[in-house]
Amino acid sequence: MGFLAAIGRAFLVFLGATGNVAMFTGIAVSHCLRPPIYLRQVLRQMIDIGYYSLPVVGLTALFTGMVLALQSYSGFARFQAEGAIATVVVLSVTRELGPVLAGLMVAGRIGAAMAAEIGTMRVTEQIDALSTLSTNPYKYLVVPRLIAGLTMLPLLVLVADIIGVFGGFLVSVYRLGFNPASYISRTWEFLEPVDVISGLVKAGVFGFMIALMGCYFGYRSRGGAQGVGQATTNAVVAASILILVFNYLITGIFFSDK
Amino acid sequence: MTETPKIALAGVHKSFGPKTVLNGIDLEVARGESLVIIGGSGTGKSVMLKCILGLLHPDSGSIRVDGRETTRLNSRDRERLLHKFGMLFQGAALFDSLPVWENVAFGLIQGEHMPRPRARDIAVAKLGAVGLGPEVANLSPAELSGGMQKRVALARAIADEPEIIFFDEPTTGLDPIMADVINELIVQCVKDLGATAVTITHDMASARKIADRIAMIYQGRIIWTGHASDIDDSGNPYVDQFVHGRADGPIRMQIRAL
Repeated sequence: MGFLAAIGRAFLVFLGATGNVAMFTGIAVSHCLRPPIYLRQVLRQMIDIGYYSLPVVGLTALFTGMVLALQSYSGFARFQAEGAIATVVVLSVTRELGPVLAGLMVAGRIGAAMAAEIGTMRVTEQIDALSTLSTNPYKYLVVPRLIAGLTMLPLLVLVADIIGVFGGFLVSVYRLGFNPASYISRTWEFLEPVDVISGLVKAGVFGFMIALMGCYFGYRSRGGAQGVGQATTNAVVAASILILVFNYLITGIFFSDK
Repeated sequence: MTETPKIALAGVHKSFGPKTVLNGIDLEVARGESLVIIGGSGTGKSVMLKCILGLLHPDSGSIRVDGRETTRLNSRDRERLLHKFGMLFQGAALFDSLPVWENVAFGLIQGEHMPRPRARDIAVAKLGAVGLGPEVANLSPAELSGGMQKRVALARAIADEPEIIFFDEPTTGLDPIMADVINELIVQCVKDLGATAVTITHDMASARKIADRIAMIYQGRIIWTGHASDIDDSGNPYVDQFVHGRADGPIRMQIRAL
């Protein structure tokens, strides 16, 4: 019986947490739709998420594109299909690797920072202080982060797509001896708008999830430094898992007929 | 009493899980008076203030401000009500991402939409009122000593000229001289604004200096109220024990956590 009780308890905790996240999301989104919006805060978060994540996302994309070209060459050469490398690189990067890897990198960089900052503000009573200064903490802290996550990640992924394809191009042309012009025309040949668009939709969802988890765990952190550390870990883990789950779900929606 | 009390609590209960923190608080604060609430650590002083501000919701009971029930306000009316309040937090709770002047001007800029240059002038004037020069205005809160942070927090609490000011352990963690400086500033600021003040503390020197009236809270109830001058012959053994700081008496310290 103890074993069954433990399963039941874990399940109840899970349901409770899901309910809490849903309520938090509901309140936060309702504040997104009602003025005032703190534009200065939105801008600050956009710079933090968009601009300062460029190096890490760019490097990730560059090496992913490079390794993709290298791997597909060594694999495809076995059955004389080297010509497909350009297509493999561009489809993998725009559909999957661009959004997922950028999402995971940003989850580590931004989700953790959000949880730590908001968590520290919670345990040092700064969030209570916001309320006493007639400023709604959801509006001032959560809304700008959600908006910035939702808008900035697609832009980051667009950059990552371009850099990733460029990485594949570099390796194919300078290491594997492909003709640059034919590699580029091969890249375009089978690329469809939906490949890029699905990646950008994923990016928007991932950006929202990263910001949501950072804010949620930060907002609910308790009990000093340890609580903030726990919140940071939870935010990154939850965001990463949600990215992988939603990646599958969105892929299913876009490409289910193929 | 003919006049409506500024704040009136009746039968306020608040529990966290199995632990009852407020067990039927009845308390009235008259307009313009300075009430000090004394009591040991963990007796529910902070929880009571947070219930009045609406940062926590009481389980039952009534809290009236200017004769108006506040326990069931929606978030917009709550924000409007909080315009009347200022609060000095125990740990100062300054926003560490903003310079000192923006901390002081926060309520003016965000709450009242005042243009930034004008808000800055007022902030510098308020800093002057708590004995800090204009050179402090551009520092970050982390660069200040504990006493200076308390002063900045006091300047922030009085910046938008609230009708009611709460002080949460204003002298905790300060040396006796700095504590007295803060006490003097509190008395001065409250008098200048004509505000109603509620202070919670366990520092008797501070209580004697600030209070018109003193109330003692014990096990979630107000067990004694009286004029500040009567505190030494209250005839209440609990108050006597607390005022004289004796380990022996009717109050037994909770050594073990519940």
